[in-house]
Amino acid sequence: MKEYFSNIFTAFSTVWTGMKITFKHLFIPSVTIQYPEVRLQLPERERNRLYVNMDDCIGCDQCARACPVNCISIETVKSVPGDDLGKTSNGKKKALWVTRFDIDFAKCCYCQLCVFPCPTECIYMTDVYEFSEFDRDKLIYEFSTLTKEEKREKLERLDRHYNEREADKLGRM
Amino acid sequence: MIYDVINNLTGSPVLSAVIVAMLPLFLFILPFALVAVYLERKVSAHMQDRLGPMRVGYHGILQTIADIIKLIQKEDIIANENDKLLFNIAPVLVFVGSYAAFAAIPFTSVYIGAQIDLGIFLIIAVTGLVVAGILMAGWASNNKYSLLGAMRAAAQIISYEIPTILVVLSLVMMTGSMNLYTLSEMQTGYFWNWNLFGGSYDLLQKLLLIPFMLIGFIIIYISTLAEVNRTPFDIPEAESELVSGFHTEYSGMKFAMFFLAEYANMFAVSAIVAALFLGGYQSPFGYLGNLIGAEWLVSIEQFLWFTIKGVGLVLVQMWLRWTLPRLRVDQLMTVSWKYLIPISFVNLIIIGLITIL
Repeated sequence: MKEYFSNIFTAFSTVWTGMKITFKHLFIPSVTIQYPEVRLQLPERERNRLYVNMDDCIGCDQCARACPVNCISIETVKSVPGDDLGKTSNGKKKALWVTRFDIDFAKCCYCQLCVFPCPTECIYMTDVYEFSEFDRDKLIYEFSTLTKEEKREKLERLDRHYNEREADKLGRM
Repeated sequence: MIYDVINNLTGSPVLSAVIVAMLPLFLFILPFALVAVYLERKVSAHMQDRLGPMRVGYHGILQTIADIIKLIQKEDIIANENDKLLFNIAPVLVFVGSYAAFAAIPFTSVYIGAQIDLGIFLIIAVTGLVVAGILMAGWASNNKYSLLGAMRAAAQIISYEIPTILVVLSLVMMTGSMNLYTLSEMQTGYFWNWNLFGGSYDLLQKLLLIPFMLIGFIIIYISTLAEVNRTPFDIPEAESELVSGFHTEYSGMKFAMFFLAEYANMFAVSAIVAALFLGGYQSPFGYLGNLIGAEWLVSIEQFLWFTIKGVGLVLVQMWLRWTLPRLRVDQLMTVSWKYLIPISFVNLIIIGLITIL
């Protein structure tokens, strides 16, 4: 009999305690963030989409070799003597035309391993994290600044240069 | 009475009866369901430190309208193995059951669907239809979750109807009337005339009655909460075990009807509790209309008071829902058969003895 009434008492007191807690929470400001309008401050070293500053890229291929998932593919064409490719921002002379610099963000695992080996610090992480696409192919970003014609021209020029040198060699013999 | 007004206006008793019967649906249940669904989502969200719907309209006010438009557009799926006749009747029956209860609920002193002397008796009898509808839905769905949910719902509603009826009986004994209109009229004046505070008895009897009326109020609140299948008594539609109970197989408008019936039931139950214990449509302290001599204002005020009381009790239901976890099946039966029924029975006898005094 005693247990019976103590059960009733426990039931009401525990329900009351619970109700007090939920009532208190009615007045606690919500933790929801209205995402597209309000955004959280990103941490300082966040890792998101990569960006390549092609003005500084010397086409050394170190980032592609560091990549654990092989999402960076680089193709380069040697410059011919007389070409002026300019200098990078930290004073290195560029010697290669970067005809292809593709990063496949569908494969990228955002590990930042490609950023550290870069001698000119031209590949780095940005704070862009909204780049979803309906088509997977659209996640392949092409960073090379050269147009198709320019690429073909560079290749042809190199071929011509080699041929001339060969002919030169033959002529000298 | 509104019926007479419309009868004079249209001159046809049949037409005016139809209009009067449709009034609570279009003026009250549908708007109430719209507001209650929105409130439920907002209250639950804020109790969990969230924001709830925020996109559709200012702070998501139009969210429920968007939801209803979505439900109307949806395909009405009837699976091959369903019992088509029963499957189609069930949602209608459930809705009719909860809608018919509104017939005897007095919204104001001038509007009551059917002014019958067996008002509360009619409500209790006619809400029994809901059990049949739920069982029908569970059986016709031909789905294990639906059937389990329906069986649990039937067991739960039937066992919780007993304490409800015992408390109602004690009130009927005390006041000597089953007509909700006369019951509300008896609690007129100030709030100390409400049945919760001993009705219109002498001071000594009032003081004796108050604790037992309080017990009765709590019992009827708990048992009606269980009758409308809401948390903590929502085992018939326990999401984590039974998908969504007896309306697992329903989609589109039929699901919307179950939903509407649930919210109509929530208000009906709160309205009955308010009419029995909290003075129905009576104001707790005089009327502004009487004070300034505007008779027509009184009924509007009464309607407002009735809505405030009903919605207040619905809000407490929501508050409980987001506080308490779900009961186990055996705990559910324990609460009803070991606690509520004996207590309400003793309560009934004591109230009877006090009233004889």
